[in-house]
Amino acid sequence: MKNGKLMVAPAMLWLSIFFVIPLLIVVAVSFAGRTPYGQIIFEFTTDNYLRFLEPLYLQIFADTLIVAVITTVATIIMGYPLAYFIARLPKKWQQPGLILVMIPFWINFLIRSYAWVIILRTQGVVNTLLMKLGLIDQPLQMLYNDAAVMLGMIYALLPFMVLPIYVSIEQLDLRLLEAASDLGASPLTAFRKITLPLTMPGIAAGTILVFISSLGMFVVPDVMGGAKSALIGNLIQNQFLAARDWPFGSALSIVLAVMSLVLIILYYRALQSQEGGKADAKDVA
Amino acid sequence: MQKTWRSHLLLAYSLVILAFLYLPLLILALYSFNESRINAVWTGFTLDWYKTLFQNRRVLEALMNSLFIAIISTVVSTVLGTIAAIALNRYQYKCKPVINGLLYLPILIPEIVMGLSLLVLFAQTQVPLGKTTLILAHITFCLSFVVITVNARLEGMRHELEQAAMDLYATPLQTFRYVTLPLAMPGIVAGALIAFTLSIDDFIISFFVAGPNSTTLPLYIYAMVKRGISPEINALSTLLMCATISLVVIAQILQPQHSSKNND
Repeated sequence: MKNGKLMVAPAMLWLSIFFVIPLLIVVAVSFAGRTPYGQIIFEFTTDNYLRFLEPLYLQIFADTLIVAVITTVATIIMGYPLAYFIARLPKKWQQPGLILVMIPFWINFLIRSYAWVIILRTQGVVNTLLMKLGLIDQPLQMLYNDAAVMLGMIYALLPFMVLPIYVSIEQLDLRLLEAASDLGASPLTAFRKITLPLTMPGIAAGTILVFISSLGMFVVPDVMGGAKSALIGNLIQNQFLAARDWPFGSALSIVLAVMSLVLIILYYRALQSQEGGKADAKDVA
Repeated sequence: MQKTWRSHLLLAYSLVILAFLYLPLLILALYSFNESRINAVWTGFTLDWYKTLFQNRRVLEALMNSLFIAIISTVVSTVLGTIAAIALNRYQYKCKPVINGLLYLPILIPEIVMGLSLLVLFAQTQVPLGKTTLILAHITFCLSFVVITVNARLEGMRHELEQAAMDLYATPLQTFRYVTLPLAMPGIVAGALIAFTLSIDDFIISFFVAGPNSTTLPLYIYAMVKRGISPEINALSTLLMCATISLVVIAQILQPQHSSKNND
């Protein structure tokens, strides 16, 4: 089959038309102006990017980064032990354990955020329970604030952290731990000196996934957050659907996309240099 | 002694985290059976919310839209993706980095960026938003997942069987039909299931490219949530969750087991 190589063409053509070209148009729009009615005028301007430097938008940007960092750290603390636990289960229990983590991963953020609304709202499960127990007289306002957004983000993104860490722990050579214990290392020392460094790629992969996803998140703040809990995702959504300022929305999304891609590239660089290091070590041996 | 103490602690911690993941979903499902409309006091078991759901014409319409869009997107992305995965597995490409970039970027880029860039594309080319634009968008985000899933299956496959078939004078088409395709089938089915799940569950990208008459189930749930709390949302979410869970479990069972031997 001489033309067999071309079998990859239809899929690539599809992705070029519906992924690459739209992105290029967004780049073009991000440098365009607009009429007061929202019509895009193609005249070169960097105003949309400069607007980003206004204090209001810088604040939203900073909030988004803070939320992303806290979410990432919290999911590592919550996710690592769970991943470790599943990876150390007997072989036949590992697959079900993994499916258990994967199921919430596939249920969309909207439903999972709404579940928390049911629990936390003023007439929700927690308030009803606390009132019944007589612990409070007035329902607590637990929703529509920054803490609720944080909780929702951690809840939404936890599986993104567990899965890559699980993979890295599962691949760990157990003989290394046996050797460490034979040489008199305590379990804690062995964990610190062997397990943790060797599973760092998993933590890094999970960090990338969680961090990037939380940067672009708009569903959780939209459903669980208050008027002041807007993040970049909400700002972008707003520019496209309410404010009809597509050039500014495009500029924001290009910033978001570039930031995500830079993080991914840095991650791969780090991964490759580590693997390169391993290969060198093998050569020396 | 110390070791068991540690593993008990790990077990307890893991169970707490799993409870954190699942309790909200269970509570959501539980309250779809509660009689009370407004508050969280349990007043009795009822299936009324499911009944009103099935009598609601707009819900049924959204369900039909979701299924229609998911089926077409799954078929197209599975066919295109499988053909591409087979080619990638069989041939060496000089432009492999470009191909990989095209395949992985749609997964790595934030979904909201993909959604709005498609909206901008359709607006600039004056394609009216509706089922067509939804299908085009869904095929786009499903495609990479199908290629990667089928490719994973093909990589674990041995080429000796194909070579044997060729040696026994099977034509390339016969080899493909009777050897390659059956061997790749579990991967193709898993890819199709993933595509179907992604499509039926997608909210973010659909949010940008849907038109007034093409509301899908997740979009309908969003509209309901924005209007206020009601047990019908719980019922609809519960049904959607059940569909997702069954599809994920089936796909997982069909996928090749990644044993550490394969990685060597």
